[in-house]
Amino acid sequence: MQIPYNVDARPDTGLYNAKLGVWLFLASEVMLFGALFSSYVLLRTGDPNFMTIPHEIAEHLGAQDGALWSGQLNVPLAFLNTLVLIFSSVTMVMSWASLKLKDFGKFKLWMGLTNLCALGFMVIKAIEYSSKFSHDLFPSSGNFLAVYFTMTGLHALHVIGGLIVNGYLWGPGSKMWKTEPERFTNRVEVAGLYWHFVDLVWIFLFPSLYLL
Amino acid sequence: MSGHTVEEIRQETRKYWVVFLALIALTVVTVAVSYLDLSPGMAVFVALLIACFKGGLVAGVFMHLISEKQAIYAILLLTVVFFVVLMIGPVFGRWGSTGLG
Amino acid sequence: MSVLEKHPEEADGHGHHQESFLRRWVFSQDHKVIGIQYGFTALCFLLFGFCLMLLMRWQLADPGKPIPLIGGLLGEANAPGGIMLPEFYNQLGAMHGTIMVFLAIVPLAVGAFGNYVVPLQIGAPDMAFPKLNMMSYWVYFCGGIVMFASFFVPGGAANSGWTAYPPLSVTATAGQTWWLVGMVFLITSSLLGSVNFIVTIFQLRAKGLTWMRLPFFVWAQLVTAFLLLLAFPPLEAAGFFQLMDRVAGTSFFMPSGLVVSGEIVQAAGGGSPLLWQHLFWFLAHPEVYVLILPALGIVAEVIANNTRKPLWGYKSMVGATMFLGFMSFIVWAHHMFMTGMGTTISNFFQTTTMIISIPSVVILSALFLSLWGGSIRFTTPMLFALAFLPMFGIGGLTGLPLGLAATDIHLHDTYYVIGHFHYVVAPGTIFAMFAGIYYWFPKITGRRMSEFLGKLHFWPSLVFMNCIFMPMFIQGLAGVSRRLYDGGQQYAHAQPVLHWNKFMSVAAFLLLAAQIPFLINLFWSIKKGKKCGDNPWQATTLEWAAAPSPPVGHGNFDKVPVVYRGPYEYSPPEHPQGFMPQHASGAEGEEG
Repeated sequence: MQIPYNVDARPDTGLYNAKLGVWLFLASEVMLFGALFSSYVLLRTGDPNFMTIPHEIAEHLGAQDGALWSGQLNVPLAFLNTLVLIFSSVTMVMSWASLKLKDFGKFKLWMGLTNLCALGFMVIKAIEYSSKFSHDLFPSSGNFLAVYFTMTGLHALHVIGGLIVNGYLWGPGSKMWKTEPERFTNRVEVAGLYWHFVDLVWIFLFPSLYLL
Repeated sequence: MSGHTVEEIRQETRKYWVVFLALIALTVVTVAVSYLDLSPGMAVFVALLIACFKGGLVAGVFMHLISEKQAIYAILLLTVVFFVVLMIGPVFGRWGSTGLG
Repeated sequence: MSVLEKHPEEADGHGHHQESFLRRWVFSQDHKVIGIQYGFTALCFLLFGFCLMLLMRWQLADPGKPIPLIGGLLGEANAPGGIMLPEFYNQLGAMHGTIMVFLAIVPLAVGAFGNYVVPLQIGAPDMAFPKLNMMSYWVYFCGGIVMFASFFVPGGAANSGWTAYPPLSVTATAGQTWWLVGMVFLITSSLLGSVNFIVTIFQLRAKGLTWMRLPFFVWAQLVTAFLLLLAFPPLEAAGFFQLMDRVAGTSFFMPSGLVVSGEIVQAAGGGSPLLWQHLFWFLAHPEVYVLILPALGIVAEVIANNTRKPLWGYKSMVGATMFLGFMSFIVWAHHMFMTGMGTTISNFFQTTTMIISIPSVVILSALFLSLWGGSIRFTTPMLFALAFLPMFGIGGLTGLPLGLAATDIHLHDTYYVIGHFHYVVAPGTIFAMFAGIYYWFPKITGRRMSEFLGKLHFWPSLVFMNCIFMPMFIQGLAGVSRRLYDGGQQYAHAQPVLHWNKFMSVAAFLLLAAQIPFLINLFWSIKKGKKCGDNPWQATTLEWAAAPSPPVGHGNFDKVPVVYRGPYEYSPPEHPQGFMPQHASGAEGEEG
């Protein structure tokens, strides 16, 4: 039993099933991250001391009294991470374009780079987090850090999810190229859409948390 | 969406690399602007403006939104409306309130 | 051949493969099997949620007295000496709401009816993503296990209301963490399901099945899926925040300077309890339309079929449904009128709430008008569908004083609210669910349920539903608060209306008794019900007219249908006594 329009586009909608499916999923993700951003705005505008490090913690950190939490974040590392994700976005779309050009070797290269970038992002994230923990800075330390850890943490979970999917498509999943090349290309396109969304969220997260 | 001929796809890939460079540049600008001494409101506005532009490039070019189908546009329009409601609702809820909670 | 017997693998064109029992009945990817799994699980939770309520009603009838028989079984932690502790009452209240909404009604309305019927009604072989469908069910099942298990952890289940407001919920016992984890499972299941429904309806409609030829049931499911897709994520975010507050010591919802039971709470503070309310109600308001829309869909199908005429105002109903879905996203703070919001914002939400009553009235009116001039067949599904109309009317109308901020001052958090929403979901949605079960049972099994037992189920249920919920308006208007473990006994203003508690409790147990004919009917008819043809109701829609009863194992249809006409061509001019199935071309109508 075949499900229609799994690979070929349905004439009136112009879409194949998974393409519509992933955009719907991304719509729900927009609402998820929207809720997170909205909460950040509400909490930050609701508490005049939101950005200020409490006295005892400032002392412990060797920071000035009245110092802001934003000073505790590592902007250069986050800037690097932003570049890493943007690069991974272009390598992702290149991997799909390679399949459209029937170049499986290039696909492996670009997808492999995408996955390396994702790993790199996670490594840099781990460095950031462990630096916080080693200074006794936890989500419970204050609401800014709570927001920071929760938002970047959920984003990181999405990066890991994407890494798993893209890893599968690069590895065992790529066998489908031999038997159903079009369907495989569609899978890569759909995974790409998800991956670009993960990049998109970071594009907004980075200034919101690190620079403002 | 990218075309079916080899040449069309190659042109598309050129676009991807141009956008990539633009995104790098805009990221540098974002960080640079943060060192300017802008008022909080202005800082937020400029940062979000640049972010929206970058996001637009990712969505429009990498995600091919610029040439997507009506159904996708309709779904995203609906989503954007509700996203805006979600962003402003709770904050506006505080306007004129007793201030508790 | 009943659905529970294995079909022999008929020639379905792609080669015979002997599926293992696990692949075929447990991890099935067939929407019909998944629909039945959802249905059976949801009905179990419906019964369980009902039993929780019965325990509550016993307590309310006779507060502070040992509960006979069951009291000893509840355990010393919940009911020492058989006398229910307030803490346990609160668990029952929170879990009754949670289970009924998230584990019973939505899985039944969407997971069961939606899954089983939608692909058939649109002429599709299955849902767009069968594997995802299977995952949706099992993730729901896991969430259900987590919710059920929470009763047995130290401190018992969640006890801060199904609304889980912080700071109470953040400082509550361990069961609340289980609730949050369970909700993450349920929300995930819902999101996967809603993607599946929307893609299926957009992409897998049969040839000729244009948007305005869709059965209204499909429209209802489509809008419901969009509500679930876009409204649930903020609650998921809120759930993560509350989990962080409880487990990681964050203060998303914890205000500064909080003192609980005389002790200063050790948290950074600076959080906002109202943030939770905004995020929760952003989901929970659209959620109530998720509860009602599939029900309206079922009622529409049953009415069209049993009046032997097309629905009145189909286009208006479709437009109203879409408008309703849209508006449902901008009314949520009418649940928060008492939180100290400013008047401007209160006015905004009051206005949108008043506006949203319009599409509901349009749909209800269209359904009423659909009866005019019809040849009404009072079959059991039709009885439930007919009763739904005034019951939903009462539910909807009683919402108006709640949606107006001024009157809500008096009525908020009273029994009036409980009466209002129960009228909509209990003699409202649940009646529609029963209508759906009686209506589609022949399609699923090829057998009829007993009409006699059906009526024996219907009439007492209708009477006792009203006996339980009507007095709640009286108590609410008198000012009796909800969530009181003694039913208001200790309040002077409640004394004149306290006697209703016993009345309602007796009615609740009688309502339980009224379900016995249904249970007997359901299980007996699976094996012993009178065999009927493929289309015993003489219906026009594809699931009846184009598929056998039960439908073909893989692929549903012997021949993929092509659609030539609208969904309710009953008594058309060329066949005044008959009907034209959707997939019948030319003059191939059927005589009634």
